[in-house]
Amino acid sequence: MNYTIGEPIADTAAPVGPIEGRWDQRKFSAKLVNPANRRKHRIIVVGTGLAGGSAGATLAEQGYQVVQFCFQDSPRRAHSVAAQGGINAAKNYRNDGDSVFRLFYDTVKGGDFRSRESNVYRLAQISTQIIDQCVAQGVPFAREYGGLLDTRSFGGVQVERTFYARGQTGQQLLLGAYQALSRQIDAGNSGAGGVEMHARTEMLDLIVVDGRARGIVARDLVTGEIASYLADAVVLATGGYGNVFYLSTNAKGSNATAIWRAHKRGAYLANPCYTQIHPTCIPRSGEHQSKLTLMSESLRNDGRIWVPLTAGDARKPNEIPEAERDYYLERLYPSFGNLVPRDIASRAAKSVCDEGRGVHGEGVYLDFADAINRLGRSEIESSYGNLFDMYERITAEDPYEVPMRIYPAIHYTMGGLWVDYDLQSTIPGLFVIGEANFSDHGANRLGASALMQGLADGYFVLPATINDYIARGGFSDVDPRGAADPATERLERLLAVNGDRTVDSFHRELGTLLWDNCGMARDEAGLRKAAERIPELRAEFWRSVLVPGTGSDLNQELEKANRVADYLEFAELLVLDATVREESCGGHFRTEHQTPDGEALRDDEHFSYVAAWEHASSGPVLHKEQLTFDYLHPSTRSYT
Amino acid sequence: MRLTLRIWRQSNPETQGRLISYEVDDISPDMSFLEVLDRLNDRLILAGDEPVAFDHDCREGICGACGVMINGRPHGPGQTTTCQLHMRAFRDNDVIDVEPWRSAAFPVIKDLVVDRTAFDRIVSSGGYITAPTGSAPDANAILVPKPDAETAFANATCIGCGACVAACPNGSAMLFTAAKVTHLGVLPQGAPERSTRVLGMVAAMDAEGFGGCTNSGECASVCPKGIPFGSIANLNREFLRAARSS
Repeated sequence: MNYTIGEPIADTAAPVGPIEGRWDQRKFSAKLVNPANRRKHRIIVVGTGLAGGSAGATLAEQGYQVVQFCFQDSPRRAHSVAAQGGINAAKNYRNDGDSVFRLFYDTVKGGDFRSRESNVYRLAQISTQIIDQCVAQGVPFAREYGGLLDTRSFGGVQVERTFYARGQTGQQLLLGAYQALSRQIDAGNSGAGGVEMHARTEMLDLIVVDGRARGIVARDLVTGEIASYLADAVVLATGGYGNVFYLSTNAKGSNATAIWRAHKRGAYLANPCYTQIHPTCIPRSGEHQSKLTLMSESLRNDGRIWVPLTAGDARKPNEIPEAERDYYLERLYPSFGNLVPRDIASRAAKSVCDEGRGVHGEGVYLDFADAINRLGRSEIESSYGNLFDMYERITAEDPYEVPMRIYPAIHYTMGGLWVDYDLQSTIPGLFVIGEANFSDHGANRLGASALMQGLADGYFVLPATINDYIARGGFSDVDPRGAADPATERLERLLAVNGDRTVDSFHRELGTLLWDNCGMARDEAGLRKAAERIPELRAEFWRSVLVPGTGSDLNQELEKANRVADYLEFAELLVLDATVREESCGGHFRTEHQTPDGEALRDDEHFSYVAAWEHASSGPVLHKEQLTFDYLHPSTRSYT
Repeated sequence: MRLTLRIWRQSNPETQGRLISYEVDDISPDMSFLEVLDRLNDRLILAGDEPVAFDHDCREGICGACGVMINGRPHGPGQTTTCQLHMRAFRDNDVIDVEPWRSAAFPVIKDLVVDRTAFDRIVSSGGYITAPTGSAPDANAILVPKPDAETAFANATCIGCGACVAACPNGSAMLFTAAKVTHLGVLPQGAPERSTRVLGMVAAMDAEGFGGCTNSGECASVCPKGIPFGSIANLNREFLRAARSS
């Protein structure tokens, strides 16, 4: 795919001065909107996960008219609900040497020095307020006997700063945000501002007028009605694009349509090649597999990862003596052991499996025998009970008796729409929060940081920065006529193809192509192969996809077809970004660029930038945002 | 494995639905129930038929989107979600009836998809703690005894799937409402709104057309998250307490 290099991005709108004061400075310099005037402004929020739910509730509390959308039947089902392990916060309740600066340092280092210092520092600062907010809402975090909050450790760090609610932290935080949102939905119903909620309604397009985001086109998934919704600003909180790989830990409905349509309307898309592969997922069991299930990283606190020492060892795990097991993470990374960051743990699993030492080909053991001996079964049950039950239900194996089998899977995407320090995209009035933006995790996200970022963006950052945009005003009337036409025509085209292949068969083929050539390890030849095949596959899709039914009622195949059509475009940019980034960093591993020990080899001289892609009919345009490090020195990550 | 699925097909809320039989073969015991529906749908689509509509999303038992009656039991055998039900729970040549939730408060939208927004309206009628963003004290300023935190958590795990309503002979939403009332009521943060919460939620529950509770216990026996049946007694206690003092 041809691309051109455009103007670099010189300004990210971050304040200058000491990093500790930048966020306060921005909050002070941002214009405010008088409370009485806020009710005159309408803001659209798309998505109701941690970022969208918290943003919608908070904006409505401030007095804005919020119109909110989710494709699920209830805002409580957004995929944040599935996050298991926990949420980081620099509370230092453990007195174990934690601090805002340490969380900042761990996050930038964990991201392999490909994130912005200003943003990450702000995230670390806000982390402490998030825990306060969630506790006040009634989120039932784990507690000590004295009634204080409990914490645990997580991958990539050496302090215990992760707050958790058993293995269901995402669910509990999401219900907190959902309940706050519900309070505002109730206020909206009684005519007092609040939130106007549209569930089972999916965004299909962004409405841009005079260069500003002024609304969305969305389809009611039950009636099929496509309508335009107008506002003074639009907030996308639509999550990541992991499902481009077909098999991932994302929910089946999670999709990239909203961000891709915004991209095609002018929003830059940054670092799409930064995809996170989570080391501890349940291996696939057959061709019928429709999604992959994560086993929380928190399991690595007590579980030990190993494979047989010799290739092809077919004995049952309990029959393999200690001396013939290779606890490879403990061997390779003695100081972090099983708690190395996700990208490192995933690649290590791949490499032992590539050596033929994998369990049933693709799998490694996660063994709790030592922990059960040390702590007792009941202690393990209380920490991980629900995860063990889930594992047993899926695999029919009892992890209290035999080690779990795990293998890496696509889990999270660090890339997303480019945003400035205010979380505003390159389209004025379009704000992007949570996983949908690219901002805070660099090339690799640390465990328990997604919940932190989603809630930081939604509860605290966006509600402060969006005021500045609204206060500057200049909102002329918008004529929505014709806005819905492109989206409507596309659905009609999908229905009209009437070919002979299912949507899923295309999605599966695309996913396999990406996983094989742009997954855990990437090289030029594989990327070229994917780049050649994607346009062919897209052409085949538009020639031979079969979408039954009509557009005028609930039609789940049509919903899927519309999303897959976007994946088939988006995938090309993902592969291009991976091709252009000729270095290894975090979740992006180019086999041509590795140390003699097989670790990622960054090239700071040439690639210490954010790759922000602009859509153009002549091909993508790459705008580079140079990353500068004033407080931390980019070093080779070492977890040994 | 080979199975016969008798599936409820209904085009929209206005039309009459009926059970239609489908043979599905080549089923592996490791498949989830929804993956069997996927396989059937693939076949239906290629044959030019309409696939079966069903709700699902996370497919790991936590979002609460999926849920169908399987042989008359919500989520089928095993007290789990439909997505976590694996085919090893069935035997070769079994005949399985698959229907949507049956409740007046959950109207059928299409096939196996029902409208559960009544649950959202119960929550928006008081199922929250009023804590506007930014107003919170330090997290450790609020002490919660561990047993209370455990009770709150056990009730907070409700996924809002609606199996309790579908199982109940009265179509009651008491277990769902009780879980939220208990979760928030047991916590010190939830105390100030304890009375208004229970009164508001119970009124909303009644207005939505859910039935009353006659202690049959079917709800708790199918709840995928094991919400304690005793929470319903707590809901009654909370309601009486609030009603008498208001």
